[in-house]
Amino acid sequence: MLKDLVNPTNVNIYVSKLSDVLIKAVEEPLGYAINWGRIYSLWPVHLETGCCSVEFGAASSPRYDVERFGMLEAFGSLRQCDLIVVLGTVTRKMAPRLRMVYDQMPEPKYVIAMGACAITGGLYLDSYNVLPGADSVVPVDVYVPGCPPRPETLIQGCFLLQEKIKRSKIK
Amino acid sequence: MENKDNSFGQLIDTSKDLDNKITSNIIKSAIQNFNQKIQLVYEKPNRSKIFVNNESLVEVALFLRNTYGLDHVESMSGTDFPAENEIEINYHLGSYINQDLHPYILNLATRVDRENAKSNSLINIFPSVEYFERETYEMLGVYFVGHPRNEPFLLPEDWADLPPLRKDFKLKGR
Amino acid sequence: MSTLDDKINEINRLAIQITKDNDDDRLMNLSIGPQHPGSGHFRIVIKVDGDYIVYADPDIGYVHRGEEKMSEHRNFIQNIPHLERPVIHDSTNIIYSYSLAIEELIGINPPRRGQFVRAIAAELDRLVYTTYWLAIYGIFLGHSTMFMWPTGDRELIIDLLERMTGHRVTHAFSVPGGVRNDIPYNFKEKCLTQINYFEKRLKEYEDIFYNNPLLRQRTEGVGIMNKEDAIKLGVTGSVLRASGVPYDIRKVEPYDVYDEIDFKVQYMKSCDTFARAYVPYLDMKESCHIIRQLLDKMPDEGSVREKIVGNVKAQPGETYRRVESGRGALGYYIISDGSTKPYRLKISTGSFRNILALPFLLVGSKLGDMPAIYWALNYWPIEADR
Repeated sequence: MLKDLVNPTNVNIYVSKLSDVLIKAVEEPLGYAINWGRIYSLWPVHLETGCCSVEFGAASSPRYDVERFGMLEAFGSLRQCDLIVVLGTVTRKMAPRLRMVYDQMPEPKYVIAMGACAITGGLYLDSYNVLPGADSVVPVDVYVPGCPPRPETLIQGCFLLQEKIKRSKIK
Repeated sequence: MENKDNSFGQLIDTSKDLDNKITSNIIKSAIQNFNQKIQLVYEKPNRSKIFVNNESLVEVALFLRNTYGLDHVESMSGTDFPAENEIEINYHLGSYINQDLHPYILNLATRVDRENAKSNSLINIFPSVEYFERETYEMLGVYFVGHPRNEPFLLPEDWADLPPLRKDFKLKGR
Repeated sequence: MSTLDDKINEINRLAIQITKDNDDDRLMNLSIGPQHPGSGHFRIVIKVDGDYIVYADPDIGYVHRGEEKMSEHRNFIQNIPHLERPVIHDSTNIIYSYSLAIEELIGINPPRRGQFVRAIAAELDRLVYTTYWLAIYGIFLGHSTMFMWPTGDRELIIDLLERMTGHRVTHAFSVPGGVRNDIPYNFKEKCLTQINYFEKRLKEYEDIFYNNPLLRQRTEGVGIMNKEDAIKLGVTGSVLRASGVPYDIRKVEPYDVYDEIDFKVQYMKSCDTFARAYVPYLDMKESCHIIRQLLDKMPDEGSVREKIVGNVKAQPGETYRRVESGRGALGYYIISDGSTKPYRLKISTGSFRNILALPFLLVGSKLGDMPAIYWALNYWPIEADR
């Protein structure tokens, strides 16, 4: 009986089952803790693709101070960042660079498309050098509308992203 | 090329009294020095436009710089005229040295053939024209002889279409 | 002290010469940007020999959106929103010269009150632009306070403009024929209070930033561009005035009501990076002075806009009009063929003209001086790319 149970193929199955059980046991509390950590330390890359960067700068100004909601100032190296805010128009020349920056960032990573240009091309819908939205280059999590969006709108977008992270499963 | 019937120029009243006598002096003396090669297109207060044959562009520019101190380029652009099969190049010259010419801008215009667009570069006379000429090269496809860098500047590196500011380059949906 | 420094410089310069002649392998290529804290929408390729820059080549065009081509397909009024996008924090000025040009082509004159309101909006926008520029300069030099203070004070001026125009930064306020709407009730008093407060703050900026020995060390004597070179390179705005040329479009070619205003053209003769950083600050002081006069002289009654039909036709012809923006002369060259749309529209911006000086200033200076030199050129990448 015991021999049947402990033959090599079965052991593997038991081990995998055990790990499943373990993961199920710790996933919820641990995942909550990890996501909680991620929510309040969103670190954006300093990559400016368009003119919304002015309002992004205003969002870290003393009046709006997006840092108090857990979005840090964009001064870090992209190897330690986990968020790209696509600040407006993505041109054909910028698109490969945007993708390159996205590919270099470590997982998990999130993308906010800020401004009408980053969502659909906006005012520049018929321009020869502008892509119709950032989602043809990078997968976008949250869209922040406006041209340019007010800093309050960006803060709301930040909240939406935090809500999304809170409800997502850890990998 | 010669005696261009410039439809835009004729509508402006040239008989108007100018506040600044020196500006009309510039044009008079330029026309005297290079008769036949220069045409006056219009003369407004503080703005005037002269049209130069492409062959004598460099010497006229050199004359204007050395004699009147028109020392920098405010703007430079090209315009496509497909009906006449030509591209017009405009240099807007201004002056920092000459106090009297501070408000004045002279539009030095020349035309090149559209199929074989080639013009002499003014980079040795006005160093400030460097980026403007590079931009005109890629936006209108005018090759500037003597310019060190006729290569893409604002457009993506892999741009393989027509130069975008030519009139036969169509925008999507327009 | 200075003799020693001179000696070191001399030795280093000789070393550069030797390296250039003999060994190209010692040079290192650096590509800075477009993802780089502080670089913005801009890349620069430089070659360094140790700490010294021997070659610099700006690579712009990351935000080239084809404004000039687009405007050939929109009528004169429809062009306003997208033409102000290149400098959204100085939007009144970039539309100002466009409005002047279209007014000349259509043949209308804005009412007097409209001219005053437009000039006030333009001066307030200059303050908004320059405070933002100053804030970023603080980041470039690692001076965090100088990011926080101007961005904070900027919001107060933005509040004023928001009351006036309805939006924070992109106002579309100046239109051909005047301004879009009249100023709100009680605006004059609010504006005066705000300007008084802002002037007080400007003095504090001087104490904490411009008199800071660290800033002085990093900028004084760095990146010298003398008068002849500045004229040759055709730079404009604060960069030109820092090189000792008192040239301001508001003074040399007054548009609208600027000929009735009494102000000085601020310029410096030291020709270095400090002068280029300080002249915009002096301009802000002068702007406050101008706004006060404009408010004082503005007529209380009257319309602010000469109405034109939406699909207005311009006379055939061409025009070149320019204004003094936050970055220097900003000109529009518009050719009209008599239809409702421009046949050709060319924007000549101060940034595009100033960036030509960057390789000139960088070659021979140290890599560490690059941020200070670059941002003091008063360069806004999107405006250069259009």
